[in-house]
Amino acid sequence: MTAFFQSRYWSLEFVLGAGLTGLIVIGVLLSRWLFPDVGAIDLGARLVPPFERADYLLGTDPLGRDVLARIFVGGWISLQVGFLSVLGSVLIGVLMGLIAGYYRGFWDVLVMRFADVQLALPFILLAITIIAIVGGSLTNTIILLIVSQWVQYARLVRAQVLALRDREFVLAARAIGVKNHNIIRSHLLPNLMGPVVVLMTLNVANNILLESSLTFLGLGVDPTIPSWGGMLADGRTYLQTAWWVSVFPGVAILLTVLGLNLLGDWLRDTLDPTGRTEK
Amino acid sequence: MAGFLLKRVAQAVFVVIVVTLIVSVAVRMTGDPALMIAQGATDITEADLERIREGLGLNEPFLTQYLATLSGLFTWDFGRSFLGGTEVSTLIAGALPATLLLAFSSLIVSIVISIPLGIRAAIRRGKWEDQLIRIVSLVGLSFPNFWLATMLVLLFSITLQLLPPSGMTGWATLVMPAMTMGVILTATNVRLVRTSMLEVMQSQYIMVARAKGLSERSVLYKHALRNSAIPLITFLGLQFGGLLGGIVVVEKVFNWPGMGSLAFDAVSARDYPVLQSVIMILSTLIVLVNLIVDIAYGLIDPRIRTE
Repeated sequence: MTAFFQSRYWSLEFVLGAGLTGLIVIGVLLSRWLFPDVGAIDLGARLVPPFERADYLLGTDPLGRDVLARIFVGGWISLQVGFLSVLGSVLIGVLMGLIAGYYRGFWDVLVMRFADVQLALPFILLAITIIAIVGGSLTNTIILLIVSQWVQYARLVRAQVLALRDREFVLAARAIGVKNHNIIRSHLLPNLMGPVVVLMTLNVANNILLESSLTFLGLGVDPTIPSWGGMLADGRTYLQTAWWVSVFPGVAILLTVLGLNLLGDWLRDTLDPTGRTEK
Repeated sequence: MAGFLLKRVAQAVFVVIVVTLIVSVAVRMTGDPALMIAQGATDITEADLERIREGLGLNEPFLTQYLATLSGLFTWDFGRSFLGGTEVSTLIAGALPATLLLAFSSLIVSIVISIPLGIRAAIRRGKWEDQLIRIVSLVGLSFPNFWLATMLVLLFSITLQLLPPSGMTGWATLVMPAMTMGVILTATNVRLVRTSMLEVMQSQYIMVARAKGLSERSVLYKHALRNSAIPLITFLGLQFGGLLGGIVVVEKVFNWPGMGSLAFDAVSARDYPVLQSVIMILSTLIVLVNLIVDIAYGLIDPRIRTE
């Protein structure tokens, strides 16, 4: 660990990544308290340009709503989708990966063929179809992300279990009669969490991007709730006259995703030096 | 080798069957197209709806309908669109080339940027140039594609008035869509070029080439780059799915008349035959590209075959 703090460059990546992510998470968590009247419509102040009025620092949208406030509150959607979808995929994926790698057989075949299918069906295309059936909502977006992503974790964990299961310490544990589920829990799991954590961080970032695309296309979260993708969709109509409505929510996505990517990249060098999660 | 080929082909066929099955089931759950078609008409009766369903072939058993769509992939006959009754294959014939044009242009943009940058990063490993390229590529990776597209429109169409904001009317309209996806692909490709160059640069034939007194330029571009091309091509193949997924969104922003736009219109109109054909064709394309890359890789590197 100390080696990383001695190397100047990696700590820069960490400071930037953790700083950005931390600030954004804190800002979003405090948003309801910072901006209690976020939905307030002020028809007397429609499309106020940014940096002109102190009470509307980043300007207002076509309904006179404060862009800054909506960005802060809208971040809540992105963070929820990012974290919950990854949490769900990890729980399912790691379990399936452990079973597939340790017991092989039927589950192994199932996971690997699922992985092939997932690779061939781009998320957005699947989403277009499924959302058309069940309708767009926060919950559906999260479920869809979990369904299409758990395989990534399963594949990663499976590959590692295959590499670990015949190592001496596992064989020794088996020889002295440790039960299978105890071997998995105390010998395999701790040894394979590194790359999983890296993939999780990068996928939080990726899923925030995917959710914002879906919402932008009108297939994600309810457009009346403030969200970054939804704000960008609204802003497109006013691109000619009011650039700020389309610029600032995008910057918010960019910074959030960048923070997480920097953090993930740093984690990869720390926890996964052999690059098993290299894309 | 024959066993390896057979196994890969069988896997690919399996994936195509499962994907098309998922899509056919999902698409049929989106709602009753007869109702959508009848929406505008007044005094429509249940008998009329039934006649529409009959005419569309919706009363056949699911398996019959599914097998018809599956065989359509081989005979290039996907039935008719529910709206206007155009042959789906005609719509695809217009949209698929537009999407492929965009895909290849994006790839070219990304290759042209990422090879020199990746090589630069590899020879300056650990120096500030390498770190700068790394950070910049992470920034590129963090852009939402639809927002990058919007920002390009803001810059080139609205502020500078250089490029048309949307449509497909000539080469000028290709610039921004290709740039959007090109930049996003570049972010990952730069790092890939860097990693594979670093690996190759440590090999003995590079030392030999240097020892022979070849110029650094010729060592880099002739010997190192060519040898790092194999992992690069494999990765480009794997990226193809993601690239198509991104293009679908970008098409929507630029009103590019490709498969993505076709799919979006089909969803809102409950136009099954079009929607399912678009998704099936794109997925089959992805499976095919991966299969070709896999087989090519197996031919070049025998170690892959025994995996």
